[in-house]
Amino acid sequence: MNQPERVTLPTPIIAPAGRTPEQEPPAVAVPDQPSEIRRFLRECGSGRAADGTFGALMLVSAFSIFVIVALILWVLIHDSQLSIHTFGWKFFGSSAWDPVNGSFGALPFIYGTLVSSLLALLIAVPLSLCVSIFVLDICPPVLRGPISFLTELLAAIPSVVYGLWALVVLVPIMRDTVGPVLEKWLGWTGLFAEPNFGVGMLTASIVLAIMIFPIISSISRDVMKAVPIHQREAALALGATRWEMLRIGVLRNARIGIVGAVILGLGRALGETIAVTMVIGNHPDIVKNLFNPAYTLASVIANEFTEATGDLYVSALIEIGLALFLVTIVVNAIARILVWAVTRGNSTRVA
Amino acid sequence: MISALPQRSQQMERAIRWRRSLTNHFVTGLAVLSTVVVLVPLVAILGYLLYKGASSLNLAFFTKVPAPVGESGGGMANSIVGSGIILAVASVMGIPLGIAGGVYLAEYGRGGMLGNIIRFTADVLNGVPSIVMGIAAYGLIVVHYKFSALAGGVALAIMMVPTITRTTEEMLATVPHALREAAFGLGIPKWRTIMSISLRTAMPGIITGCMLAFARVAGETAPLLFTAFGNNFWNFKLTEPMAALPLQIYVYALSPYDEWHRLAWAGALVLIVLIMLSVTLVRLYASRGTIKGGH
Repeated sequence: MNQPERVTLPTPIIAPAGRTPEQEPPAVAVPDQPSEIRRFLRECGSGRAADGTFGALMLVSAFSIFVIVALILWVLIHDSQLSIHTFGWKFFGSSAWDPVNGSFGALPFIYGTLVSSLLALLIAVPLSLCVSIFVLDICPPVLRGPISFLTELLAAIPSVVYGLWALVVLVPIMRDTVGPVLEKWLGWTGLFAEPNFGVGMLTASIVLAIMIFPIISSISRDVMKAVPIHQREAALALGATRWEMLRIGVLRNARIGIVGAVILGLGRALGETIAVTMVIGNHPDIVKNLFNPAYTLASVIANEFTEATGDLYVSALIEIGLALFLVTIVVNAIARILVWAVTRGNSTRVA
Repeated sequence: MISALPQRSQQMERAIRWRRSLTNHFVTGLAVLSTVVVLVPLVAILGYLLYKGASSLNLAFFTKVPAPVGESGGGMANSIVGSGIILAVASVMGIPLGIAGGVYLAEYGRGGMLGNIIRFTADVLNGVPSIVMGIAAYGLIVVHYKFSALAGGVALAIMMVPTITRTTEEMLATVPHALREAAFGLGIPKWRTIMSISLRTAMPGIITGCMLAFARVAGETAPLLFTAFGNNFWNFKLTEPMAALPLQIYVYALSPYDEWHRLAWAGALVLIVLIMLSVTLVRLYASRGTIKGGH
């Protein structure tokens, strides 16, 4: 039915005289028959074996992260056996740190780490939240880019450069200007008392605060951005002022993520080593005075490890490292779970 | 009758409105003020670094090794080269491992239990202090062998892996699925699809992630303290202690000599400039001739 009555065949192209179509070079290069080796390789590459090998290789690489954690844990536990057996749990309750007589206790370092990190949070958290609010809701769009860029730049400066700056610039300021003022007005609390060398707990906390500011501010900004826009619009439609809108619509919804950001900052502060070592004064004391030199878990390792003599000394320092490792893992795990709970489902990137 | 709403006096209305507006202005002012407070130390650090560093730089800094105590002059040439070597060792070990881990998470372990556990472990490992990595590398290598550039490279590589794994995964996740399906439709095997389609499309982002990890470890001092150890002389052997820029800055910053403080500032400036320069160059080079990914 549908067949045409007559099919017109294309007229054959008449080859010009003297050249037959066979001699014409083909328009598309036809490859030669592949050699045996090539064929073998090609079959390998498209076969099931190649896919399997590749997948296995990727799986092994991904597993290397477990291997790294396990190796670190094993090395730390193995090398601190001597100290663990000698002191037991008393290691974390004793404040004696006397390498000459071979008595070691980690309490001053735990105290120093906790106080300096918490003080740093106390300074950095309100500031970073205010800056996040400013960048998201208040500042003119022109300034948004430069401010974000500057805070990211702050995160890119190496720790040792912060330490150098603090040692040369911040320490004299703390000793000669800020210290006396604090002592005069708040000296009655007992937190700010002579002698003030400039290096000490307070200076270290300020440096830590500057260093953890970028991480807290960028993550809390991501978390606040993840709050659906309807929440803001609804609050504004009810006649809320900007602050009320932020409080009811944004901060309340983002609070879990903000807590996560703060704990991430805490994790960073607990483990920060070099800048703290340079300005905290490195003296194992437990005193209320914030001008007093102190010591942290990380800085005692950095400062004394290379000159530690005797197996027990080295082993005690490694046990401190083990404690630091476990504490930061727990702190970071909690923080990650909290941040994930809020930003899951959003494409927000959490650094 | 709907007159059940309590009537407030005019005065009370005004007082409430005034209080609300005052709180609003107060918080706005607080936010502006804290932004200024935060930006001041930042600008101070950068400005001081530029001023002190630039005024202390000279040719000797780039050509000489550190001078002995008491002699003036000297530079950090061996530290600059040493940092380069240690970072190269770290990159050779850390970057392939990190990218492969990211490929697993994005292409094989999506949504699975194992993938989630690995992702979580990588995030947690990211937050482990660098000094702990230093002790681990000490216990793994230095105890059995000796202080060496290799041990420093291993410590830094361990720090690079989780960062690169996570950014690679995120970048691969932005590659449109249609591209992979097209490749599968043509009968291309999965490994070939990943190598030539997914990775190639996501390459600029992955390289950015690698360079971020690189920049992060390039400034690290703590893991090198008892692995690479530092060296006041030229050394090109991976099996010997080697100088590194951050280590040398740390040593000089804590010294009592003005001359060495000056060198520390110059070192800090050179360190930051070198990090930024290498990151920018690699990113520029990598962004040529690649397929644009994204949605």
